[in-house]
Amino acid sequence: MKSEPTFKGILYLSAASTIFLLAGLFFTLLRHSLPSLKAFGFGMFYRSVWNPVSGDFGAFPFIVGTLFTAFLALAFCTPFALAISLLLGEYWRGTTWSGILQTLIEVPAGIPSVIYGFWGLFLVVPLIRSLESKLHVAPYGVGIFTASVILSIMIIPYAASLMIETIKLVPYDLKEAAYSLGATRVEVIRNVVLPYARSGVFAGILLALGRALGETMAVTMVIGNSNFIPKSIFAPANTMASIIANEFTEASDPLHLSSLIEVGVLLFFLTMVINMIGKAIIRRTVSGAYG
Amino acid sequence: MVDNGVSFRIFKDNLFKWSLVLVSFLATVPLFLILFYVAKNGISSFSWTFITHLPKPPGEAGGGILNGIVGTLLLIGWSSLLSIPLGITLGLYLSEFREGFFSYWVRLCIDVLQGTPSVVIGIVAYAWIVITMGGFSLFSGGVALSLIMVPMIVKATEETLKLIPSALKEASLALGVSYSKTIFKVIIPSGLSGIVTGILLGVARVAGETAPLLFTAFGNPFVNWNPLKPVSALPILIFNYASSPFPEWHQLAWGASLFLVTIVLLLNAVSRVVIRKWKVQF
Amino acid sequence: MESAILKTENLSAFFGSQCVIKSVNLEFPKNNVTAIMGPSGCGKTTLIRCMNRMHELVPGASTSGKILLNDEDLNAINPILVRRKVGMVFQRPNPFPTMSIYDNVIAGYKLNGIRKKRAEFDRIVEESLKKAALWDEVKNTLHRKGTFLSGGQQQRLCIARALAMNPEAILLDEPTSALDPKATSLIEELIGELEKSITIIIVTHNTAQAARISEYTAFMYLGEMVEFGNTEKLFTVPKHKKTEEYLTGKFG
Repeated sequence: MKSEPTFKGILYLSAASTIFLLAGLFFTLLRHSLPSLKAFGFGMFYRSVWNPVSGDFGAFPFIVGTLFTAFLALAFCTPFALAISLLLGEYWRGTTWSGILQTLIEVPAGIPSVIYGFWGLFLVVPLIRSLESKLHVAPYGVGIFTASVILSIMIIPYAASLMIETIKLVPYDLKEAAYSLGATRVEVIRNVVLPYARSGVFAGILLALGRALGETMAVTMVIGNSNFIPKSIFAPANTMASIIANEFTEASDPLHLSSLIEVGVLLFFLTMVINMIGKAIIRRTVSGAYG
Repeated sequence: MVDNGVSFRIFKDNLFKWSLVLVSFLATVPLFLILFYVAKNGISSFSWTFITHLPKPPGEAGGGILNGIVGTLLLIGWSSLLSIPLGITLGLYLSEFREGFFSYWVRLCIDVLQGTPSVVIGIVAYAWIVITMGGFSLFSGGVALSLIMVPMIVKATEETLKLIPSALKEASLALGVSYSKTIFKVIIPSGLSGIVTGILLGVARVAGETAPLLFTAFGNPFVNWNPLKPVSALPILIFNYASSPFPEWHQLAWGASLFLVTIVLLLNAVSRVVIRKWKVQF
Repeated sequence: MESAILKTENLSAFFGSQCVIKSVNLEFPKNNVTAIMGPSGCGKTTLIRCMNRMHELVPGASTSGKILLNDEDLNAINPILVRRKVGMVFQRPNPFPTMSIYDNVIAGYKLNGIRKKRAEFDRIVEESLKKAALWDEVKNTLHRKGTFLSGGQQQRLCIARALAMNPEAILLDEPTSALDPKATSLIEELIGELEKSITIIIVTHNTAQAARISEYTAFMYLGEMVEFGNTEKLFTVPKHKKTEEYLTGKFG
């Protein structure tokens, strides 16, 4: 029995190490962004000039770029994710078809981001370019719109998987009650299923948003890398993640590097808050505290 | 008075259903397009030379991706080495101590780590290892990837071990078996399929990670085994060659993409089989 | 016997290939309470779920034979209309948790997309809640969620919801099995009130309840209709041995 305290000790130690790990992560990020915080203060978040040559760093264009791309991607992805989750969670529950569709939906989540970027560069960019010339906007091909399209494809699995689960959680006796009043299926979905599952659907969208904000490679490859505030949804831009990926290894000036890390800190907190809210909603939904 | 709307409502009901089907299958089209493009463009570069040779300078056709393959394998090895023991121990801790103040914070930390964008993980590994050791290295890449793998393994372990009935543990303890032996001989073997699945999915995930490697492993045109020197990886190679202006390099990147996608999807498929075939029934 | 509003002719019901109701012939008299009783698993719930075509919602479920609603074949009428004419109340109270009490009562209209003036809805809500003997208890909290009510109140809310559609008959599937004795007797009283204007078919495994509230009783066993008749007669002089055994508690 001598080994027992040691064994439990290892368990506790590893648990404690996680907390140190995360504390260290926080601390490191903050410490390395200190130089830029000193130089620009919170100006980093609203100043719109990013010029490595003159050593002037304001991340506002990237904040705009990130929000534009992420929300546009959400707008594209939501109808698809919702349709998939209604089919899998309600219409086709437990059928062969649902197995097939489920697999087809899960596979994209495994494909590496860089492949999406590469594919996007060679297929989606030319397509968007011809669309842009038809719409008489500058045909860059690359830009916010292209990045959002690719991003939306990437986040559908994340949004859908949670939505499917919550739609499956809608009690059968409620749907039955609605049918017994003479409702059709679509009416049951609109008036009973979706209102009941709405917080889970919202949480699914939030988690997908968390993914979209932090997604780096695919976006970096197709967003066009412009350090100015985008003028339209077709304009080239940069997101917080893509500016870091693009400039980090080239940043020789310590202030430049520190500014990039500060952008990283902002991205870190933004995704953390969104994920937390999403998870809190899930916990509340799953624990069944309803009404 | 009631009959009037009914056929229209039924029509709407059917319309809705079929638009769901249409929209859902539309959502799967990109997958097929990606797989088709990668296969079509990548298959022509595939040959024995492709996986046994180094890339050639721009302008010369041919060459291979040996540096990327070796680099990816080494990175997977290092990150597994660093993350698997910690991941399993943590998962075990969380499944054994489900409630409580400390567990709450540990779980929260794991959640935060899991949600952290991989590019931020790259920054952290850069600050911790690259700055400290004075240069980009295989080891720093391994650390970055292990930070991504740990939460995945923890979650998989915790979820599987939680499902094991406590009666099983009690039965073992009642036989006079020590706590640690019970864990190693009874609990972990019963949850092995879930743990292995978590590891496989973790490996599949980090095999395709690019962003954190840009500022850690950095890339290397040659094969490198030294943990203190920069190393290439398939995703870095794809990123660099895809964004280059040379068609020969694009060709290499397609080949590497096909290789990477095949590996990653195979790992995903294997993990599915593992969870189904090895699952211990209670 | 009064004229029958619902009639089954050789009705059989299946789940996949398993036959759960075997060739049942029944007539449900208008504006009366008919109780269907029998041990659990005898098919009584399935039988009433056939009467408003809810049975077919279960994957793999099917029926053969005929059900007539006012001499019209139920299979020839769209299920949506059937369910509006034949309402249903379930074993467990199931008010919609996302809707207020008010919205729960008019849920049938909302779900069916029937628009009415506000005053009209107000009237329907008040009338239905009064019929369900719930009005006095909830008239001041109409816009609160229905899930705040007690189990018995929730069940009466579900009855009000079914009544609001002005159905010709309502099917009650063991409506009091999840309720305490006090709530149960309130609902039984309510059923006695309602039968003046509406046909009620109630499934119960509680023989005393069947005896208390129904004019006619059907006894089912293993998917077959063993005996049907006037409740008093069936309870005092059962024709079949099985019925007698059931009533005297020999099985079930």
